[in-house]
Amino acid sequence: MHGHGRALVLSLRRNVEMHKYITRRILQFIPMLFLVTVLVFALAKAAPGDPLTGERLDPNIDPEVYEIRREALGLNDPLPVQYWNWLSSVATGDFGKSLQYTGRTVMELIQARIWNTFYLSLFALGVTLAIAIPIGIYSANRKYSLFDYGATTFAFLGLATPNFFAGLLAIYVFSLTLGWFPAQGTTTAMSLTGFELFIDKLRHLVLPGFTLGLASTAAYMRYMRTEILEVKGSDFIRTARAKGLSNESVLYKHTLRNALIPIITLLGLEFGTLLSGAIITERVFNYPGLGTLFLNAIQNRDYPVIMAINLILAVTILIGNLLADIFYAIVDPRIRYD
Amino acid sequence: MKNQEQALLEVKGLKTYFYMDDNKVAKAVDDVAFTINKGETLAIVGESGSGKSITSLSIMRLIQSPPGKIVEGSISLEGKDLLKLSEREMMKVRGNDIGMIFQEPMTSLNPVFTIGNQISESLMKHKKMKKKEAYNKAIDLLKLVGFARAEEIVNEYPHQLSGGMRQRAMIAIAMSCDPKLLIADEPTTALDVTIQAQILDLMVQMKEKFESSILLITHDLGVVAEVSDRVLVMYGGQVVEEATVHELFTNPKHPYTNGLLASIPNIDADVERLESIPGSVLPAHRFPKGCRFAPRCKHVMDKCRESNPDLLETETNHKVRCYLYED
Repeated sequence: MHGHGRALVLSLRRNVEMHKYITRRILQFIPMLFLVTVLVFALAKAAPGDPLTGERLDPNIDPEVYEIRREALGLNDPLPVQYWNWLSSVATGDFGKSLQYTGRTVMELIQARIWNTFYLSLFALGVTLAIAIPIGIYSANRKYSLFDYGATTFAFLGLATPNFFAGLLAIYVFSLTLGWFPAQGTTTAMSLTGFELFIDKLRHLVLPGFTLGLASTAAYMRYMRTEILEVKGSDFIRTARAKGLSNESVLYKHTLRNALIPIITLLGLEFGTLLSGAIITERVFNYPGLGTLFLNAIQNRDYPVIMAINLILAVTILIGNLLADIFYAIVDPRIRYD
Repeated sequence: MKNQEQALLEVKGLKTYFYMDDNKVAKAVDDVAFTINKGETLAIVGESGSGKSITSLSIMRLIQSPPGKIVEGSISLEGKDLLKLSEREMMKVRGNDIGMIFQEPMTSLNPVFTIGNQISESLMKHKKMKKKEAYNKAIDLLKLVGFARAEEIVNEYPHQLSGGMRQRAMIAIAMSCDPKLLIADEPTTALDVTIQAQILDLMVQMKEKFESSILLITHDLGVVAEVSDRVLVMYGGQVVEEATVHELFTNPKHPYTNGLLASIPNIDADVERLESIPGSVLPAHRFPKGCRFAPRCKHVMDKCRESNPDLLETETNHKVRCYLYED
């Protein structure tokens, strides 16, 4: 019993160390977050023009009126004051009012769309993992086979095809020609409920989801193949085989567990790739998400919306990095917690 | 002594070739034959490229294929020809009848699993133990190979151990299923000299405790002298000399063996330059037509370049492959 007691103490000690590490990483996240808000604000301010630029060209309006409105909006305040005002309202969840959709708060606009983007990204991520990992493993195990060459060709095509083009092609083939999936929007009819609504939404996700996941699928397929091949050549795999383990055990336990370590780290960084990819993909499929809102906001110089979405993008990427660090610490015992 | 005469492993006419991209064939192991008796330690000595490691991997049937292939020969373990077994049957031999340890203790253990996990795995596979039982047995094995803190080590990861400790853990894995033969491929090469002696000592202890035999692959004649009963000297994929350890050190015959022995530095001799054998082992696809050592041999004769001598028993229990000893 003595032995197990000590073992327990050891594993607890490791857990405590890991908790400390995770806490420290979260604490480091705070100054980063602050820096991000400064950047988002500075970028919006550095962009030429302000919300009134377009309207100023109207000769029927007295320039005095602009000055009054600028004063009212706080656009004449010193930058640090403007920043502080913005930051303190953002902290309470108030991103201000949209300039483009009059009378609606930025928060309302985002809330109406953020889940659509979330589902789209989740679907794309699911597609990526479900396709790339098994194919990568299979390819590595049959290096230089016909299948491997096929997968490699697909990977290079996938990486070389821009999002918008793949999207258009998907619409043309699977929607217009074959009629399998809807080409745009999130639902067919508002009247659907329950399971039917779920299926309908899922059908709407298929084309944009695969389009968004295409490049990542291609990339992860290659990462997975390379990692498996690299790990397969390791001395410890030879040891595992010398122990008489079955091929399955050597592959799924010894090889995969090591090959997945860098993949998990990359997945944390995938958050940013997905969100930026979603901007283009949503536009192609006329999908009402953050991306579409973002592009509209940029075209209309809707600064409060631009800043809010920029902030959301940046925070998501930061969280992705944080998660990558934490997962890395969990899956790789060699990570030192200091 | 009767026990010593019983053959455990008999290798006959073993040829392991590597087929290279440009249609060249590297005859890494070319017609190698030897016997390991029960309870015996046989050492295979040779430079890098002599085929000694490929021989040991061939016994385990762990040659990467392609490009490698065992093209001919037989390897029988207690009368069972390993080369005729299916892959599934061979898996029951690896780790169970034959345990193996490698040169690089730093990279031979899987970094993401605990030592206990890696020892238990063999026990669960070959001895059909339950997890808990295997875990406890792993602790016992760790104690056996000299870990005072076995209860802690069992839950530690390889990176938390030193090179010597990892090699002990490797020995614990190799001995876990009570193998008949332990193959040790340069087990001490990567270790500090002080640790080397401990590991060799441990191997001998384990051999006696488990009544197994050892096949020791090394390039270090010091190691050979310390632990082995018989020695096989390999050069260019072939056995060039075979003798008991005493015989080999007192009465070496083959010019290559002589060269190896001469290149051990002697602390008493006041020499300006250390002895060495000129040249190096040719790559296996460029072996010469005649004797493979001919290009580096001091005693080379015309016929050495024409044809390769046979391995002949010139004295009782002493074989040599050299025209100097053929009458």
